[in-house]
Amino acid sequence: MQISERMREYWRRNLKLTAVLLAIWFVVTYVVSFFAPALNNIVILGFPFGYYMAAQGSLIIYVVLIWYYARTMNRMDREYNVHEEG
Amino acid sequence: MANGNSARADAFVKNLPKVYGIYTGGFIVFIIALAIGEALGLPNRFIGWTFMLATVGLYAAIGIWSRTGDVAEYYVAGRRVPAIFNGMATGADWMSAASFIGLAGGLYVRGYDGLAFIMGWTGGYVLVALFLAPYLRKFGQFTIPDFLGARYGGNIARVIGIVAAITASFTYVVAQVTGVGIITSRFLDIPFGVGVFIGLAGVLVCSFLGGMRAVTWTQVAQYIILIIAYLVPLVWMSTAVTGVPIPQIMYGQVLQKITALETTLGVARHYVEPFTSFDIWNFMALTFCLMVGTAALPHILMRYYTTPSVKEARDSVGWSLFFIFLLYCSAPAYAAFAKFEVYNNVVGSQIASLPNWVQLWSNVGLVKIADANGDGILQLAELTLHPDAIVLATPEIVGMPYVIAGLVAAGGLAAALSTADGLLLTISNSLSHDLYYKIVDPEASTFRRLAIARVLLVVVALIAAYVASLRLGNILAFVSYAFSIAAASFFPALVLGIFWKRANAAGAVLGMLVGFLLTMYYLLKVGFMGGEAWFGTSALSAGIFGIPAGFIIIIVVSLLTAPPDQATQDLVESVRYPTIR
Repeated sequence: MQISERMREYWRRNLKLTAVLLAIWFVVTYVVSFFAPALNNIVILGFPFGYYMAAQGSLIIYVVLIWYYARTMNRMDREYNVHEEG
Repeated sequence: MANGNSARADAFVKNLPKVYGIYTGGFIVFIIALAIGEALGLPNRFIGWTFMLATVGLYAAIGIWSRTGDVAEYYVAGRRVPAIFNGMATGADWMSAASFIGLAGGLYVRGYDGLAFIMGWTGGYVLVALFLAPYLRKFGQFTIPDFLGARYGGNIARVIGIVAAITASFTYVVAQVTGVGIITSRFLDIPFGVGVFIGLAGVLVCSFLGGMRAVTWTQVAQYIILIIAYLVPLVWMSTAVTGVPIPQIMYGQVLQKITALETTLGVARHYVEPFTSFDIWNFMALTFCLMVGTAALPHILMRYYTTPSVKEARDSVGWSLFFIFLLYCSAPAYAAFAKFEVYNNVVGSQIASLPNWVQLWSNVGLVKIADANGDGILQLAELTLHPDAIVLATPEIVGMPYVIAGLVAAGGLAAALSTADGLLLTISNSLSHDLYYKIVDPEASTFRRLAIARVLLVVVALIAAYVASLRLGNILAFVSYAFSIAAASFFPALVLGIFWKRANAAGAVLGMLVGFLLTMYYLLKVGFMGGEAWFGTSALSAGIFGIPAGFIIIIVVSLLTAPPDQATQDLVESVRYPTIR
């Protein structure tokens, strides 16, 4: 199989994007819940902030991460000419 | 011929929004008609039966309408499910009795610590999006063992995949059937065992004839019912308590009221305080196992084979999580409002004058009242609510019209049946496609393969119903076990198979085997035999040891043995690019 240098670059950029988004996922999930007891002292609209992040904030960020990944990769497919027909 | 088919397929896809739009409108009219009926004096039992029969009948009708004898239609719905509809179907497939019935109940009991389930069951989709969905779609076969068999050349990896897929899916399906039994026995007033079989009949009519195709279009219909059913009582409570019909924002106020009431009632552990029922290690471990399990459960991963392209597979993960998010950001609100209502209205009332729901739920064994100090007034400590009763009983606790209780029950049934559908299909496909067709008899005719798939579907459903009737544990616990099993068995082999060309058959086979066996051992030892826990880890997060063990063993054994052949390495390259020109 012929994998051109340009296609390798596509894959490397994919890996980099994956790593960055995974790091955000990790911070939002584990670092934030680690500090949840302290964050609970901040109260917004009645929500203790640590509770809010685990109940809703992190979920919104997950949706955005997936949406951003799909959009970036779908564009990159075209840029590197590996997109599907149509 | 081919052109005629694809033109018909185009028209079919174009009509989908209209069809489901009319369907949603029809369902709302149906609810309003029943509400008017209730006001005119229809008995509760009639309303319960109408909801059950109408919705299960509908699922059966979609199943009959989508019957098929085509292999690609039966296994992957013809690979033409648009991203948004696949998202909705995945949402219904995903949100089971555990999400609909168990989740808010778990939050009600555990407070902050229950949020491990909320984050775990949504954050896992980030892993699906980044590590699996687009690549599996590019690979483009029918099942997860298909991928393992192709990537790790040979039947051993495939067979371990089959065993793990069946074990995880079966554990999961038992929890769904338990949910079906709770709902039908309470709302139809029939014995638990009978309810289980009535519910299963609905599942079977659907998947039996049309396989993945029928299941997909039924699941879209089920999603619409379950999300309406979840939001209606919640908006009702939010409007009644806070005056604003946006529960997801307004329950912040309710959390404050709960904290104040807890002080008055003398509750030691506050609802919003982290790490009271789980310690921090168990909270994190559970979140991790649920996330990795999400990205390893075959019935979910299989869904990304059904989209028309890699691009749509990526989009579809986003839509899946969006539709799941709508329910998951509401569950903590549901729990908070329910908790507030119980503290505020139920506790402190006269035991002799408690409303009808207490008796009805006691009959099913999910509510217990004991007047310990004999003063005739209900204290908090004298009321035991089983977590599985919270969502279903809340409309009655709050005193909403019975039609809403019936609606919530229909929603719970939709959630349990849609997931049971997907799971039963995964199990029977593993046996008919992976085991029989790929290993035992590759010459088998299409007709024979599908006939075997259908017979197995019925057999597995009956066994699941039997195991559920033994009532071995609560819904949330059973589901957590399924996640740990799937996570430790599949995730390392799948991810390394895509991202590391050097991973070979010997490594994957040993890694999967150790991951699977270690998790099963820990789960049975700590969860069922009362054995000693490692580092105090609960059986709910049994996979926390198996997942890293799987990764380490695959890496070490692969490096010690020969690299995979050129054809396998080419396969890995090919799944990394949507098209290679």
